[in-house]
Amino acid sequence: MLTFTLRRLLTAIPTLLLISLVIFLLVDLAPGSPLSDVPLTVPPDVRQKMLEAMGADQPVMVRYFLWLKQFFWIEPLYGIDALLGTDFAQGAQRIISWQSKVPVFQIIGERLPQTLTVVGTAYLIGVLIALPIGIYSAYRQYSWFDQAGTFFAMAGFSVPTFFTGNLLILIFAVNLGWFPTIYDTNLEVVDWASFTKMLAQMALPVTVLALFNAAEISRYTRSSVLENLGQDYVRTARAKGMGEQKVVLKHVLRNSLIPVVTVVALGLPTVFGGAIVTEQIFKINGIGAALIGAINVSDLPTVQTVTFIFAVLIVMFNLIADILYGILDPRIRYD
Amino acid sequence: MKFRTALLGAAAAFVLAPAAHAERGADGEVKIFYYQAVSTLNAYLSSGTKDVEAGSLVLEPLAGFDQDGQLFPRLAQDIPTVENGGVAADLTSITWKLKEGLVWSDGTPVTSADVKFTYEYCTAPDGGCAQGAKYEGIASIETPDDLTVIVKFEGPKPYPYQPFTGGTAPILQKAQFEACLGAAAQSCVEQNSKPIGTGPFIVTDFKVNDVVTLEVNPNYRDAAKPAFGKVTIKGGGDALAAASAVMETGEFDYAWNTQINPDQQKQMEAGGKGTFVNAFGTLVERIEINMTDPSPALPEGERSTVKHPHPIFSDPNVRKALSMAIDRQALVDIGYGGAGRPTCNLVPAPAYQASDNTGCLTQDVEGAKALLAEAGWTDTDGDGILDKDGKKFSILYQTSVNAVRQDFQALIKGWWNAIGIEVELKSIDASVFFGGDAASPDTFQKFYADVEMYANNFDGTDAEPYMSQYLCDKIPGPENQWQGENINRFCDPAYDALVKELSTTSGIEARGELVKKLNDMLTKDSNVVIPLVDRGRFSAKSNTLDGFVMNSWDTELWNVQDWTRAK
Repeated sequence: MLTFTLRRLLTAIPTLLLISLVIFLLVDLAPGSPLSDVPLTVPPDVRQKMLEAMGADQPVMVRYFLWLKQFFWIEPLYGIDALLGTDFAQGAQRIISWQSKVPVFQIIGERLPQTLTVVGTAYLIGVLIALPIGIYSAYRQYSWFDQAGTFFAMAGFSVPTFFTGNLLILIFAVNLGWFPTIYDTNLEVVDWASFTKMLAQMALPVTVLALFNAAEISRYTRSSVLENLGQDYVRTARAKGMGEQKVVLKHVLRNSLIPVVTVVALGLPTVFGGAIVTEQIFKINGIGAALIGAINVSDLPTVQTVTFIFAVLIVMFNLIADILYGILDPRIRYD
Repeated sequence: MKFRTALLGAAAAFVLAPAAHAERGADGEVKIFYYQAVSTLNAYLSSGTKDVEAGSLVLEPLAGFDQDGQLFPRLAQDIPTVENGGVAADLTSITWKLKEGLVWSDGTPVTSADVKFTYEYCTAPDGGCAQGAKYEGIASIETPDDLTVIVKFEGPKPYPYQPFTGGTAPILQKAQFEACLGAAAQSCVEQNSKPIGTGPFIVTDFKVNDVVTLEVNPNYRDAAKPAFGKVTIKGGGDALAAASAVMETGEFDYAWNTQINPDQQKQMEAGGKGTFVNAFGTLVERIEINMTDPSPALPEGERSTVKHPHPIFSDPNVRKALSMAIDRQALVDIGYGGAGRPTCNLVPAPAYQASDNTGCLTQDVEGAKALLAEAGWTDTDGDGILDKDGKKFSILYQTSVNAVRQDFQALIKGWWNAIGIEVELKSIDASVFFGGDAASPDTFQKFYADVEMYANNFDGTDAEPYMSQYLCDKIPGPENQWQGENINRFCDPAYDALVKELSTTSGIEARGELVKKLNDMLTKDSNVVIPLVDRGRFSAKSNTLDGFVMNSWDTELWNVQDWTRAK
């Protein structure tokens, strides 16, 4: 297992480097200019000076290698400095957003809490809803519960979040006035009142995302449980006179969860990535909103850095899913 | 040291507090929504209106513009003029006097050195100052004493009020920004997000592109103001959500730039929690006519250049017919509602320089047809499209991707079809259209189309730089990387001469007359520019907010110190 992990980690390095180059070229070659947002009242010579100050007039390869150096060398130094109070970085140039002139990692740091709270909670709730629905739907296949579950999953998966989001806002925020429409990132939970406020502002976006996540995961669970219910070992267990509860929850569930765990693990990077649409609708201003905002103004350093971090997370969670598989299923051995 | 001065300042404020009017900070928190979130508070690093306006709560210029476009002193004692001796008789210098006893929010005095430093900051090489145009033509700045600033220009400046006025040119504190000159400007994160200013508020927390939190500046010069103790500027979402947050749910007190379509405006007004406020400035949505030939048959580098005059539009009557066929009121009703009004002028305001040109406001389809027939355009083959000498009247009409602009394109295409013109529509992503990339064929400067539509305006109230964009030597072309501002490739020696006259004429009235003439030369006389809609600023204000005055000449938050909570 250890050699397998090491081998995978080593092969991840060229993969990630290639990904970073592809992202950089894609973002750079995409049409648009970091100055498209600048009012027309700004004369051409001033525009040129602004481009030069950003470093956007440099050749693409120079900017790519500068970014590589900043991402893999300078930013970690700043990280160490921040942790240990040292001064290894010595004021070297960090990755700075063209739009806001603020280090991209500072932006990510500001954005991560709300993304993890909202999207993370939604993912957790989604999984907690999906498992029982999936298991019971499979156990009572074609019953009314299964039909209802299928309908729920179809609806949750196929109705886009921008529709459910706006619908919920219209009903619960505009008409009933129960929840706010705008997420307050300054809110700190210190007492009961601020806690209820937090719950209120999380309620709608979490509902929207949890519905979407639950729909997907409940389908995986259902099909996996169904597959196992027909297996010989289930018949054996029943023949031995085991109670239905024990058969389903102990034997079937354990075996059925293996693929589900993989799906859940592979979905985790999207939690960090935020939910671009939902964040935009509820004004959560998390990572997803930062990414779409940066894309809109061709803020290359931000787009590149955030997208690359997603790539790293996806590669990592793929590895974690593989390792988990090996731990959960003793039949699988990588060495 | 800074901490100590801050403590001293706080202590001083505490001692003075009982003496001050009891109203400061008494109205609690005011919540402002800028759906385009604030990226930086330093106006010199961003020309985005949202950043300039948020920064204006903290940083102030020497003088600002009021709701009528009149200059009024902020940090200056008064507005220098030739009459009061503040502007030299030969118009080569202007002398500003700072108010006495002014202090920064950290308690240190504001001096003429700070003003001079601001000029140095914005003109330092490699700084990428976004407001460089405000400080053009300055020879030197002298500071004979702590309160006097003399700006010397390279030549006579009939309009000497560009530097240090309006929200786009605020004064920075030298002590804070000294280390941020030139290339270092971009990495001064702390300074750019928490500038020390003289305005009514100071920044306590700044989350990039999300939320800015401010509280009262204890050293603000008017001890009774501001009435609000705390300001939150939140960002995110879109214009519709911003309007809803004020008008329907009442979560916010004021939302900037709520440009939504007229149907949605009505729906929001029904919410009953707020009102829309508007004010008209100089932003005009217009159709620009290409005076050169954009034909793809021409070799690259010669398309849309002065080498080839436009085969159809070189006849002024044809251009006039295009303008006559348009119903501008219908455009406003469909696209802008309260946020726009029809106009025939390129310079619609302020009143002293706006021409009384209203001839285009009534649509005249028959007149347009007659004009085209007179110009020799007839439908000889009966296909509904005019032709002349075997050439069809067929044009390409481009603009940026934007719901309102696509509506306008469809409507105008219909009207032009009705007078026998074949119109092909094209819409280009805004980041490409306005991106200015010389390698892209789709920028508005390259103008590879017969007509194109967008909006433009000018900073402040003086139209001279704006009118100068139409000089012969500002025509974009391959030799200047397509960077000129004379988009139409308009060239008229009489126009150039008049602009030259404007650059040496002083006195508001005389300048206004010249601008009117220039405006008429471009619009009703030649129809090179076809103005459509005068687009105002359009924002939403809660019914519980008092003292708000809409301003289209400076930042919309220009009088935030006078805002109060309605009782």
